Amino acid sequence: MKLTDIQVKHVAKLANLPLSSEELKKYGEQLSKILDYIEQLNKIDTSKVNPTFNVVDKKNVWDEDIVKPSLSQEQALQNGQTKNDYFITKGVFEEE
Amino acid sequence: MDLTKLSLKQTIKALEDKQFSKQELNRAYLSKIDTLNSKLNVFLEVEKNTLGIPAAIKDIIITQNIKTTAGSKILSNFLPPYNATVIGRLLEKGCSVIGKTNHDEFAMGSSGENSAYGVTKNPWNLKKVPGGSSSGSAAAVAADMCVFSLGTDTGGSIRQPASLCGVVGLKTSYGRVSRYGAIALSSSLDQIGPFTKTVEDARTILEWISGEDGLDANCHGKPFQPQKSFKNLSGIKIGVPKEYFGKGLDKGVEKVIREAIKKLEELGGEIVEVSLPHTEYAIAAYYIILPSEVSSNLAKFDGIRFGFDRSKFGAEAKRRIMLGTFTLSAGYFDDYFIKAAKVRTLIKQDFEKAFEKVDVIVGPVSPTVAWDIGEKFDDPLAMYLSDAYTIPANLAGICGLSLPCGFVEGLPVGLQILGKYWGEDTILSVGEIYEQATDWHKEKPKL
Repeated sequence: MKLTDIQVKHVAKLANLPLSSEELKKYGEQLSKILDYIEQLNKIDTSKVNPTFNVVDKKNVWDEDIVKPSLSQEQALQNGQTKNDYFITKGVFEEE
Repeated sequence: MDLTKLSLKQTIKALEDKQFSKQELNRAYLSKIDTLNSKLNVFLEVEKNTLGIPAAIKDIIITQNIKTTAGSKILSNFLPPYNATVIGRLLEKGCSVIGKTNHDEFAMGSSGENSAYGVTKNPWNLKKVPGGSSSGSAAAVAADMCVFSLGTDTGGSIRQPASLCGVVGLKTSYGRVSRYGAIALSSSLDQIGPFTKTVEDARTILEWISGEDGLDANCHGKPFQPQKSFKNLSGIKIGVPKEYFGKGLDKGVEKVIREAIKKLEELGGEIVEVSLPHTEYAIAAYYIILPSEVSSNLAKFDGIRFGFDRSKFGAEAKRRIMLGTFTLSAGYFDDYFIKAAKVRTLIKQDFEKAFEKVDVIVGPVSPTVAWDIGEKFDDPLAMYLSDAYTIPANLAGICGLSLPCGFVEGLPVGLQILGKYWGEDTILSVGEIYEQATDWHKEKPKL
């Protein structure tokens, strides 16, 4: 499957990846090649097969609702850029 | 006596007998690291003040207040505030982290070349790749720069570098070892496991690190209990899948593997041909499932709570995020992700059927020995195809062992022993019986 430039740009936007036009071209070509390889799965009839998302078939693993030791505020913040004990993020309501 | 040549078992015994102290042990390893690390590029961080049994840890497993980069520039300043479950358990057993090992960025790669911190060299030949993604952890054991190490295996990232570096590597059954504190690549495939100098050591490490911790919802059961239910191979059925000996398998590697199988037969094993008919589709299914999970897992790297912004991802990370974002996107999800998940069921059923007839399945780990640095770097698809014999086990969630079984032109070859889900005791027993009957694990690279 050949990805169009518009598709590649759209995927980069969905993935929140800032890619140069060179990178977009390169990944577009490489992804098309990988998708061609993946097409071979269509040779298999899977109409009667259930999907496997996880090999452990445990369901609803519950946890007691009790407070356990956890990170201090200082530890939780130690790897971020912070101001007044808050993480600094981009503004949500401004134009980018 | 060179302390660094001892296995974990020998080291523990020698410490108990007071043949040397933990300080002497650590000094010996640190001096080895000092001599070899600039040549091999194995360690990204070395801890000088260790007092335990020196363990090397893949830098994708987080260690409290020891820098953890995941092999990426995006985490080049990351100081984890807590330890992964496996680290806590090793510390309780008297081990210490002697250093953090290099690997392909976020464990994506088969050669170690995708690390943002340069390629690790294969101790057997410095022009060759050590395999990947747990490149440094495999090379560290091969070059005796630690007693043992930990890696992660998502599509072969423990077994393949173990094979290419001539050490023992164990991929545990999915859910056997807690992934808490292992930076997630592909959550339905990732497992932590050891690299060791002997199969017996792998058994010990598995005992130490396995069992549920309440922090990884998929991890279950009690810690692994060695049974050693058999002492020889009589009555043991050893499956040989014809699909693992087809096109693409190097003739030299095939010869070594066939000889190893003959040895297993001499040791009393019954060789049974089995078929895993969907093997040829494993890579295609994997390269939908893995990138899809990657694109989701790596979404958290936005430079807010930790690390830098997303422009700092390396080429392979970007490529797989793009691929996974595409295969999960509206309009393509059913055709790609669901289709791959269905093929995964067929691959899992292949193993279930085969294991009705046999106790273990053996074959090559890697279709070739270590290749030249740079050889496949610009061709991602060629690189992906080198994992053809390891990926199916991850998709099925079963366990697998790689152990030294010979050489081709001076480069190690690993024998893969695959077991049923939760069948670690059986594959370790078969591996141990083979190891005791051969001397391949005693060979060391000349450095």
